[in-house]
This record gives sequence, C-alpha cells and structure tokens, in this order.
Amino acid sequence: MHYVMIGNSIASTACIEAIRSIDRKGSITVIGEEDHPCYSRPLISYLLQGKTDENRMKYRTAAFYEENKVTVLQGTRATSIDREGKTVCLDGETTLSYDKLLLATGSSPFVPPIKGLGEVKNWFTFLTLDEAKRLQTHLKKESRVLILGAGLIGLKCAEGILDKVQSVSVVDLAPRVLMSVLDEASSIQVRDHLQEQGLRFYLGDSIQECTANEALLQSGIVIGFDLLVIAVGVKPNIQLASEAGLAVNRGILVDQGGRTGDPDIFAAGDCSEGPEMISGQRAVLALLPNAYLQGETAGKNMAGDEAGFDKAVAMNALSLMGLHLITVGRYEGESHVIPCKDGYKRLFVKDNHLVGCILVGEASKRAGIYTAMIRNKVELDSLDFDLICEEPLLMAFAKNVRQQQLGGPV
Amino acid sequence: MKRIYVNEMWCLGCHLCEYYCAYANSGVQDMVKALKDKQIKSRITVEQRGTISFAVNCRHCTEPLCVKSCIGGAITSKDGVIVIDQSRCVLCYSCIMACPYGALMPAVEGVMQKCELCTTNSQGQPACIQGCPNKAIVFEER
Repeated sequence: MHYVMIGNSIASTACIEAIRSIDRKGSITVIGEEDHPCYSRPLISYLLQGKTDENRMKYRTAAFYEENKVTVLQGTRATSIDREGKTVCLDGETTLSYDKLLLATGSSPFVPPIKGLGEVKNWFTFLTLDEAKRLQTHLKKESRVLILGAGLIGLKCAEGILDKVQSVSVVDLAPRVLMSVLDEASSIQVRDHLQEQGLRFYLGDSIQECTANEALLQSGIVIGFDLLVIAVGVKPNIQLASEAGLAVNRGILVDQGGRTGDPDIFAAGDCSEGPEMISGQRAVLALLPNAYLQGETAGKNMAGDEAGFDKAVAMNALSLMGLHLITVGRYEGESHVIPCKDGYKRLFVKDNHLVGCILVGEASKRAGIYTAMIRNKVELDSLDFDLICEEPLLMAFAKNVRQQQLGGPV
Repeated sequence: MKRIYVNEMWCLGCHLCEYYCAYANSGVQDMVKALKDKQIKSRITVEQRGTISFAVNCRHCTEPLCVKSCIGGAITSKDGVIVIDQSRCVLCYSCIMACPYGALMPAVEGVMQKCELCTTNSQGQPACIQGCPNKAIVFEER
C-alpha cells in the first residue's frame, strides 16, 4: 500500500499519525511545495515578534518522518493527477504512483487587483514562513507599514511587527475589524485596544491606487508607506483537484470521512469543503484544529478504517497584544449578552442548544466547556443554564454527567 | 493507565489540592517559601457552589482535543500523559478553546500550564492526592 499526500502541513501530519496508528507497514510519501518540514503556520507572526524561532516552529520533532517511515519530497510540486493510472506528476516531469491519495494543498493568499501595485517595490502576502522571513528582512525602525486587511491574518501580522517599525496602518473595506468572526460590540472593543497600542485604522475604506510609496484610498486619504502587506483573505487551492475532474466548489468537496468522489482520493484542511455541523451545509473551515481533525479522519479511512468527522464547527482562538478572543460556532438563534468584568461574552442559543459564542478577555477562561457544549449538542434543559451563562463550570451539568466526566476515563 | 479521579461526595472544598499542586510545580523545596506571598496558580481547580465542591484537572483524554488544536505542536501525548512543552507555547489560547473540561490555564510565567500527573516535576506521585485529607481525589487505574 502506498499512501501519497500532496501538501506537507497540518492535515498531512495528522493523516500520517492516523495511518500509522493503523498501518505500520504501508509506505508513505509526502509532497511539499515549501522547502521546509511541516511547520506551525499560525506561528509566523510570532516569529516576527521574536516569541518563537524556526526550530521551535517545527510542528513535530526532527525524528518524526524517520520514526513514521515517511518519504518527504520537500520543495516539490505536484503538477497533475492521473486518476486512471493512479499517479501524481511531480514538477511536470516524474510520476509517482499511489494507492490512496490525500489532497492537502492548503490555500493561497488572495491578491485583489490594485491599480499601480506593479510599481510597489516591497509588497508581501502573509501566509508562509518564506514570505514572513522575506518581510522580516525588510523591517526597519523607520519603516512605515501599510496592511491591507483587518482580518485574522492582517491583524496578527500587525501585532508581529508593530514594535519593530515606525508605524503600522491597516486598511479594510469592512467597517469593522475581524468582521468575519466578531460582532459589532466586540469588534469595537478589539479595535480600541489595538488603537491604544498604536495601530492606525482606516476602515470602510480601500486602496484605490498605489504609487511606489503611497496609497490613495477611496476616501481621498493618502498614506505613505515603505512596505505593503496584502492580507485580504485566502482561497483554497483546488486547481489540481478540479483539473483531475473532482467535484469542487470554493474548496474540494468532501464528505464527513474526507472522501472526494474518487474512492482513492481524499482531501483535508484548508483546501477542503466538508459538512459544517450546525448548518449541515458544506463549508471551508480553514482553521488549524479542523485541519488536524480532517486529516486524521481521512488518514484513518485511507488505512481502511471507517471514521467520520461530524463535529466540524468554526473556531478561532486569537490573541492580539494581550487581548484574548475565542469564537466558536455560528451566530444565529437567540443571543445572550452576559455582563462580565474585563471582557465580553455573547452566547447564541437555538433549539435548546448552544450554537455559538464570542468571548473576549476574561470571558475566554475555560472556554472549551462552551465549545464542548456546542460540538456535543448538549441539551440546554439538561443543565443549569443561568449558571453556565455566568461562568463555564462543570458544576452546571447534572451530577451523573459530572461523575462521567471526572470519575472515569474519557 | 492510572489517572486522577475525583469523588465530589468526599470533597470538603478545602482547596488543599490547589496548594499542593502549586507547591509541587514551584520547584521550591520549602512549602512556605513556595506559596507565601506568591500568586498561586495551580493546575487543579476546585469548583464550589453552595454545599457542592469538587476538583477538576486534566483528564488525560484518549482523544485529546488540546493536542490536536495546539497551533505550535507544543502539547503532546507521552504514553497517554498529556504534557506541554512550555518553551513552544505562545499563549494563543487554542487549548483553552478546545479543552472540554477547562483544564488548561496560563501559568505565572505567561505560558500555558496543565496537570502532567506530576510526571515532569520531582514528586513522583500526583501531589494533589497527597494533599487531599479526605481521599476525594485518587490516582488509580479505572
């Protein structure tokens, strides 16, 4: 049995670990376009900040590939898939045959058309280690940095570089920061916090045109910059899959088991679009925990098990200059804003279930209890709802549930 | 595998487990020096409301969501004991988001901490067990 994975990040690593928990013998080959062993992608902003280094960013130990008998083709690109012959073409030259194939091709930064971008000497995206290192070499005390995008990637980048440069300005078409994950109240709180730390925001605005060192915004404001970072979003890498005739939408369509329409091809991580638990609709959930869980599920199935990942929900943990944010699930149904000291908490309830939460600051303490309630579809009338709103405590659960949680192996 | 189990029937709510935990993980020989005038951040937490109380710490899950959610690969399973390499932690709170028991919390040092069954300190045996005067916390195979 030859397992092949295209992409060498979290989903593939989880897939390797799952396969090896079942099959110690089959051979595994991982094809990675980036010339690095699997690293923790969300740590690139911490690298710039100086909170980690390249060595500690390695997602697994140096011995990982050897211990798991994995052949790694680093710096190699899979250029096409021949489903009939069951081979993958590498760099347009050689072919590699597979019995089971995982597509873990990730996502790429989306670069919108910006007039004059060609004149800008130093512009960057912010998704890979190499790109972060390239940005790092350009950071100077006197640099003025302009970031396009006030989402997760843009703001983490801003945090990573703020004290290394003269100024950081953030432009976003959306009227608020973190528009896709926060509600208005929490978004304002986060923006205020970041402004206090020195970030400058131009929200509800966009870059109309660039010259070498200036951006003209839609509003008429002109911002001078030395470095431009484009962080407006990512798009799943689906080209290989769609060229091979697999079903794609925004991402590569998969079922709960990570299966595509081809029984020997699976997909997981940022490139995949599988069923989201609460809506029942397919969604791209480009988040590290989901990449792991999807890759793990696919790996089990590739090795002949029958696994299903039926608890996929959006979940974000994000710290921004000392302020912690956790968001889980969907913001629909009845909403409860719970007053809390040094933070913000909003819970969303639908059909006797907790379906979402937004937790900021102190309210993020023990947040996983809420996450578990959402993922496990805990019936809210089975617990002390007022208490669990006030504070996520196991105390709020029925006594027999607590006994299971604390009195036996889980 | 031996794990820590609690029986709320016997818990007195005395919080001694928390003190023993903080002491065991302080690396300081003298208990008074380890705890007096110090910010106590134990890896075990007593929940207490009215007449009910019980201690909560890491369950060392067989399918640990914290391990699978950690963005830095800092949390791993060592023969079933879930441990954290604090030198790799960037305090992103992904594990706090993931843990169904609320069993991870920031340490005084500004990184995450969790119960490691006293396998990574000099105790040999979980200190909270030794500190519990009423055997409400036990360390055994179940």
